[in-house]
Amino acid sequence: YTWDANEEYLFKAMVAFAMRKYSRKSTTQISNVLLCNVTDRVSFWFVVTDSSKNVTTVPGSEVEAAIRMNRNRINSAFLLSEKTLQFLKITSTLSPPVEPSTPVWLIVFGVVLCLIVAAIVFLIVAGIQQRKKKNKESTERENLEEKGEVTVTVENGSPCEALDLKAGHVNGVFAADDERFTSL
Amino acid sequence: LSVPPEIPKEDGRPKWDNKFQYILSCIGFAVGLGNVWRFPYLCQIHGGGAFLIPYFIALLFEGIPLLYLELALGQCLRKGSIGAWNTISPYLGGVGVGSWMVSVLVSLYYNTVLTWVMWYFINSFQEPLPWSVCPLNENRTGLNKECYESTAVNYFWYRKTLNITPDVTESGTLQWWLILCLATCWAIVYLCTIRGIETTGKAIYVTAIFPYLVLTIFLIQGLTLPGATDGLAYLFTPNLSTLKNPRVWLDAATQIFFSLSLAFGGLIAFSSYNPPKNDCEKDAVTVAIVNSLTSLYASIPVFSVLGFKATTGYWDCLDRNIISIINEFDLPEESILRQNYTTWISFLNSSHPEKIAGLKLKSCDFQEFLDQSVSGTGLAFIIFTQAIILMPGSQAWAILFFIMLFSLGLSSMFGNIEGVFTPLLELRIISKSIPKELLSGIICLISFLIALCFTLGSGSYWIDIFDRYAGSLPLLVIAFFEVIGVVYVYKIKRFSEDVKQMTGRKLNLYWQITWRFISPLLLLIVFMAFVILQIQKSPSYAAWNPKYEGFPMKEEKVYPPWVLAICVLLAILPCVFVPLVALLQLIKRMRRSKEPSFVPPEVFSCQGANG
Repeated sequence: YTWDANEEYLFKAMVAFAMRKYSRKSTTQISNVLLCNVTDRVSFWFVVTDSSKNVTTVPGSEVEAAIRMNRNRINSAFLLSEKTLQFLKITSTLSPPVEPSTPVWLIVFGVVLCLIVAAIVFLIVAGIQQRKKKNKESTERENLEEKGEVTVTVENGSPCEALDLKAGHVNGVFAADDERFTSL
Repeated sequence: LSVPPEIPKEDGRPKWDNKFQYILSCIGFAVGLGNVWRFPYLCQIHGGGAFLIPYFIALLFEGIPLLYLELALGQCLRKGSIGAWNTISPYLGGVGVGSWMVSVLVSLYYNTVLTWVMWYFINSFQEPLPWSVCPLNENRTGLNKECYESTAVNYFWYRKTLNITPDVTESGTLQWWLILCLATCWAIVYLCTIRGIETTGKAIYVTAIFPYLVLTIFLIQGLTLPGATDGLAYLFTPNLSTLKNPRVWLDAATQIFFSLSLAFGGLIAFSSYNPPKNDCEKDAVTVAIVNSLTSLYASIPVFSVLGFKATTGYWDCLDRNIISIINEFDLPEESILRQNYTTWISFLNSSHPEKIAGLKLKSCDFQEFLDQSVSGTGLAFIIFTQAIILMPGSQAWAILFFIMLFSLGLSSMFGNIEGVFTPLLELRIISKSIPKELLSGIICLISFLIALCFTLGSGSYWIDIFDRYAGSLPLLVIAFFEVIGVVYVYKIKRFSEDVKQMTGRKLNLYWQITWRFISPLLLLIVFMAFVILQIQKSPSYAAWNPKYEGFPMKEEKVYPPWVLAICVLLAILPCVFVPLVALLQLIKRMRRSKEPSFVPPEVFSCQGANG
């Protein structure tokens, strides 16, 4: 926006407002704020006079304190920020960043950790269950073997198990052995 | 009874669910953080596109042959690194033990880097990002001094994350937030490696593919940023004169070697779970080429973002100068723009030189901003995080970026842990009754406890030490003995037969020449160059010291003697196993056979390993 007389008027009004709020006396008028040395850069000097005490200027420290107290309002009136509306020789009090009661990262961390621990527990339990099932199967198989024949049958001098019976060729003549005999 | 047909013996060894899992695991192991933060840096400082020439030559003569050697070895012998080398020759068992030792050392510190990534990840959910603003000092009048003098990003990394001490000898205290993240990282590693390749095989689908997705997203985003093309032009403009510097060739050779994760024993472990008849030649070439292409692909978004950051930094510098000039000369707003800055400056310099000199304007040189090259953790945690703040929607970009880094590192961790896990499973000392879950749990727990030292204030200095000494020199030595062992002890003729059994093709001339002469020679040259460079200057490190006069520049310090002793120990420990085990075997042989005649080692071949 362009800086014209209306903006200057607004500025005077804001400074007067600040002075009124700070010193709590409602005698400061817009006419008490004087601007001088306005340049194209939009920079100027200003003083605040005190009409109650015969045209003396209010001490700079008071003006500074008043402006510092209401800095936020002044900035918002002009839609500017600390950097774009500079009061030379007035240090800004910085507002601390908003900190939630529990740091956000702890919450995220908690969520991640819970998920991982749950997954680990699940996998371990699944592994144990699988192993128990395998153990049960192998003990069942062992029990069956015990009930069956334990003696080693010998065929032609070599024990049967050594012969790879599965891989042997089946003699077709005897293949239908079961069917030749009539069932009783 | 006729001879039974060839029934593949069920040896109870776990196997991959499918071949894609195996290839993905090898690629995930090879593609790691170095592809993102080391390769682009090397490209930049060694003449851009010209660096690709020594890089591809090294890939051809060093990377691919060694990779094929390891994969074929593991597939043929079907054992982890210790068992495999013991089988090749009992005298070479030390090579396996050395690889195992390196895998242990690297796993320890690599997961701590992942801890930092995880810490940044869980901090990315805040608005605004915690590394974008400086905290206030005690009396709330201004910003924290250390943060103000350096930048908010630096402050968050060095103070809030690492809480770094000014010297490697000052250990500082354990940082509790890092301990929490370290525990989480080791829990994640345990979760994924709990049953060996059964679980890593499932996890790898996510951790190996996800980074490519994110890189593509960053590529698209990066190319739309202002200044991206400048960054890319800067990266890829070839400057062929740098090839005259032997340092460039050395860096290319070492980069290829470490990038492919050779000599860790992890590749041997992965391929040992393969079926015996698998074309490992094609696998090796595929993995090596994918790894190099990924490095290239990753450097594009990295450099777009770096170009963007240089441009914004340059613009900021110009803007600050413009404001001070406008304030000084009371010129109207918008009278000096970035485009006519130089004309204004020359005009004002001629008309009011004293005023201009009094302003103490910083010289804004775009090239200087581009030249600020960083590699390693600095690239990810300082430069990239700074660039992310400037992008719209920074939280999303930060979260994506850190998940990508985490996946990249995690898939490499799988390979490291397999390199530790598989040989232990095969040792006869560990009885068969110990379930796999317990063994991996013990490995992860012990590693977590040892890695607690890296969460001290001086932890990052120690990680640099481990990275420079344990993760570099021993690998070269072990790889050299690997090639020599297979080619000259096991005899390349026998290995050629084994490979023919597995792939169905004879070893062609390329493999013969590279395995016999070129690769061992290259490794020897690289090793000697490495050692000479290390000896030439006394090892120093850059310390972050807020009390240093040149702060925020880092202070160059030398390592004290006891730290140097540890460095040497780290470098020598894995290598010493090679002669040690050979010596022990020799003594055992001499004691066993009283006759002076030499007992030849058992004749062994790949076909015999399976039945």
